[in-house]
Amino acid sequence: MAQHKVNYAAEGGLPVVLTTVDKLVQWGRSNSVWALTYGLACCAIEMMAAGASRYDFDRFGTIFRASPRQADIMVVAGTLTKKHAEFIRRLYDQMAEPKWVISMGSCANTGGMFNTYATVQGVDRIIPVDIYLPGCAPRPETLQFALMMLQKQIRRESAFRALKPKRLV
Amino acid sequence: MREYKPKGDVQAKAYYSDRFWVAPQLPTFSVDSDEIFAEQSKKINENFEVIKEYIQTGHLVVEVKAEDNKDAVAFFKDELGYNFLMEIAAVDFLEKRGVFEIVYEMLSTTTKKRARIKCCLRENQALESVNDHFRMADWSEREMYDLSGVKINNHPYLKRIIMPDDWQGHPLRKDYPMIGDEAAQWYEVDKIFGKEYRDVIGPENRDQARVDRFDTQRYSKIKHEVPKGAEFSDTKTDFGDYQEKDGVFLVTKLKKEDSVQLKERR
Repeated sequence: MAQHKVNYAAEGGLPVVLTTVDKLVQWGRSNSVWALTYGLACCAIEMMAAGASRYDFDRFGTIFRASPRQADIMVVAGTLTKKHAEFIRRLYDQMAEPKWVISMGSCANTGGMFNTYATVQGVDRIIPVDIYLPGCAPRPETLQFALMMLQKQIRRESAFRALKPKRLV
Repeated sequence: MREYKPKGDVQAKAYYSDRFWVAPQLPTFSVDSDEIFAEQSKKINENFEVIKEYIQTGHLVVEVKAEDNKDAVAFFKDELGYNFLMEIAAVDFLEKRGVFEIVYEMLSTTTKKRARIKCCLRENQALESVNDHFRMADWSEREMYDLSGVKINNHPYLKRIIMPDDWQGHPLRKDYPMIGDEAAQWYEVDKIFGKEYRDVIGPENRDQARVDRFDTQRYSKIKHEVPKGAEFSDTKTDFGDYQEKDGVFLVTKLKKEDSVQLKERR
């Protein structure tokens, strides 16, 4: 993982006084986080399983979209190679605010077992990550749990906070 | 200062080596031990200067001069009936012998035999493309050029095929470090943010085994989670549930005591 320090408390990520409007807006947001399909490697199989009928992401209001312009979260599922790093950044930039990122699996978190010249050692070197999901590969339940934790985090945020860049912009 | 160690063979070195381990060698046989190969070998010897020839794992292995590679492949195709070129590969022996070993792996579907044409190429010597005889050679030669840095003459489109176009170095060479040289390690940062962002993002953490439980920047001890970068604390933390205590509007929460385990599948 990247070594740069992020002060979440200073950037509006932690407990703030919430109004009723905040609650309403964030309730809506948290129950319709549409995900950008970003399957890069074997974690994508688990991500697809989480989206399919048995685990059923739809009931959380999470529908996979094929376009970054319609997506709220990006589930980076798999190994990110250095050749591809440029494109993940471009797609992240194309997503409309507010946006979140789940880094799914060891490879996306830290490069995992691929301690080589061609693998990005953690996607947080390229894009800001909200939730790191451990596992190789994580089970669909784990992704569900990550999503629910993200929903909880979204509900905690203020709806009208100034859109500050998280970092790396 | 750190002691200087030659890096020409750096990828080939193992962390651990067994003193008593002997690398297994595949047995080789004379070409006369197989009728078809013996006959073919005679024809090859009439046309080319053969440096070495033997049979290994049922393959006829012929080493020719690097200048003869295209003629040899054409000869195997047209005269000996090897109608498939299965694979082209370059093996780096620069440190040991100063050459690349180029291997053409061929298959004949009529005689059901396999043959391997080898040639040794010096580092700055260019290889003739065999693309005219086998279209398959197009990508294989590009791969060879990309990963080993073997130069190919008369190739229709010699461009990197696996690594990005602006990559520096050739990763399958033995002197290329496994974790990449400086350009490789900073590749994505340099490309996306620019070189001045190296300080912001910091170097890659390549030590996979290192876990510091007091480092809350990159790790968090289970049941002792604190916010990122905060002081490590020994007190147990309550991680909390996936939902707020008083619930969420219109979202039902699954309670453990409400769930039923089915005895039989419905």
